[in-house]
Amino acid sequence: MTTMTPAPTVASTVPDPRPISHARRRRTRSTPLTIAMLAALAYFLLPLFWLLVASTKSTQDLFNSFGLWFSRTPQLLANIRATFTQDDGVFVHWLLNTAVYAVVSALGAALLAAAAGYGFAKFRFRGDRAAFNLVLGAIMVPATALAIPTYLLFAKVGLVNTPWAIILPSLVNPFGLYLMRVYAADAVPDSLLEAARIDGAGEARIFFRIALRLLAPGLVTVLLFTLVATWNNYFLPLIMLNDPNLYPITVGLSSWAAQAQNGGAGASSDMLPLVVTGSLISIVPLVIAFLLLQRYWQSGLATGSVKQ
Amino acid sequence: MASPKFSTVALEQGVPPPTAAYARKPRRAHMPRRRSGAAGPLFVAPFLILFLLLFLAPLGYAAYLSLFQQRLIGGTVFVGLDNYVTALKDPLLLHGVGRVALFFVIQVPLMLLLALLFALALDSGLLRLARVIRLGIFVPYAVPSVVAALMWGYLYGPDFGPFAQLSRNLDLPAPHFLSDGWMLGSLANIVTWEFVGYNMIILYAALRTVPQDLYEAAAMDGAGAWRVAWSIKLPALRPALLLTLLFSVIGSFQLFNEPSLLMKIAPDVISSSYTANLYAYSLAFTGNQVNYAATVSFLLGLVIVIASYAVLLTANRRRAT
Repeated sequence: MTTMTPAPTVASTVPDPRPISHARRRRTRSTPLTIAMLAALAYFLLPLFWLLVASTKSTQDLFNSFGLWFSRTPQLLANIRATFTQDDGVFVHWLLNTAVYAVVSALGAALLAAAAGYGFAKFRFRGDRAAFNLVLGAIMVPATALAIPTYLLFAKVGLVNTPWAIILPSLVNPFGLYLMRVYAADAVPDSLLEAARIDGAGEARIFFRIALRLLAPGLVTVLLFTLVATWNNYFLPLIMLNDPNLYPITVGLSSWAAQAQNGGAGASSDMLPLVVTGSLISIVPLVIAFLLLQRYWQSGLATGSVKQ
Repeated sequence: MASPKFSTVALEQGVPPPTAAYARKPRRAHMPRRRSGAAGPLFVAPFLILFLLLFLAPLGYAAYLSLFQQRLIGGTVFVGLDNYVTALKDPLLLHGVGRVALFFVIQVPLMLLLALLFALALDSGLLRLARVIRLGIFVPYAVPSVVAALMWGYLYGPDFGPFAQLSRNLDLPAPHFLSDGWMLGSLANIVTWEFVGYNMIILYAALRTVPQDLYEAAAMDGAGAWRVAWSIKLPALRPALLLTLLFSVIGSFQLFNEPSLLMKIAPDVISSSYTANLYAYSLAFTGNQVNYAATVSFLLGLVIVIASYAVLLTANRRRAT
């Protein structure tokens, strides 16, 4: 059997593996590749740099100075103040609404997915496979195609134009369930559950005290991605809400953008700096959340994408 | 009160020895790993109940509505599949679906190729500043698509967009990013900007799980970086690539946010039926044709499910051969 690849045996019988790992660590860095990737990085960061620069400008400066550099009279603080005070501080409402919708949805969705994923991974019951496959098939049904049907149903039962219209649909995350099931199968050892049962712990207690702790990285992944999905959600709140005081930031900003457009896109429009500054403010919390929690969401994504 | 004690003890005992001990008992082997009882359904129930109410019920209700029509005389009448017949012959809907299909065919391969190249570059260990580059490329994912579309809309714009400013200064004709011919490309650019980093992270995370000794073995065999990428990394990426492809199918076909925001600055180019989803929206909320809107949403969902399964089936068949 000469076709059998000898590579693994060779590797495992190498007397001293240190030279290899040493060589790996000392591998040269590639300057051309680094430069190419930095060029790519510029493409991704330049629009954000533009946004930062633009939010320091008055409407006149937006039109009269070069977009990718600061003007002589930066006024970031004045723009921020104007953004927060426009229309009796409606922007603050939008920020708070967004935070509430996103945090409640994310916590709820993560907990529901964790409990169900744990239930599917560690228990056997009638119809478990059918139920799981049903949910799995739903991953393909896009949120936006579901939004209008949900609106029609919610209009029937009087949930339209309430915060629940945003939160409830965000609680059901089929992909989150799939991820948590895969994660729970590996991360929660059966032996541990057996040991806890022998010690007389109830199932609920085992879940909340032991399993949930082991599921934490997967949980944070679902939490974070639901948070982003809800934070960035536009279609659902656009169709569900009429009251500007209930708007999340996305719908609010787009209504301001429409005003800026209708008030003439010319240099007389006062809304333009507000749209730009409001956009900048709206992305700061999420960027910080991702940077702080990177350890979690990266490992969680790895689980979801390797096991298929 | 007992729980903190046993949980730490159990945690310290760790995984392998107890599992092995239990697994050898024949009774355990017969009913592998999972436990039956009342607890399982209780853990699953909250999710499933909400799934039923918020996923299946709206779909069912839309399916029901799609079988009716509101008429000036006679009110709401049952019309069977008439709405579907109308929809399948509706040029606005067909153009909308055609446009997102074209968008999918152009934008998705480009985006996934970039994501793949970036992930391989990051994983090669040849980069300086790899961490900064990785996070920087990912950052746009945290930007709401509304903000991304507004921002790029202004960047594309003829008045104070930097591209227009630069070409004015150089006495060159300004590129018409928002014109009819460019619009689909401009939209593709926004979506690519938003999601390359996300897909890159999924692929990169999958690459990190390739066992190190595989690379060491390849190095012993004298395989170079390209050879390793082609023969080890790409096969290892299959499931992750499939996942990103599926998400991209779903994302492209329901394209709404970006065109709906650019519509405000280029109303002559983007009509209210530019994408299928935009069409469903305007039917429901400006046209007030609720029954027909339900039909269109239902059909659009169906198109996406079919496209997703087509992707899955093709991938599985190719894996089998």
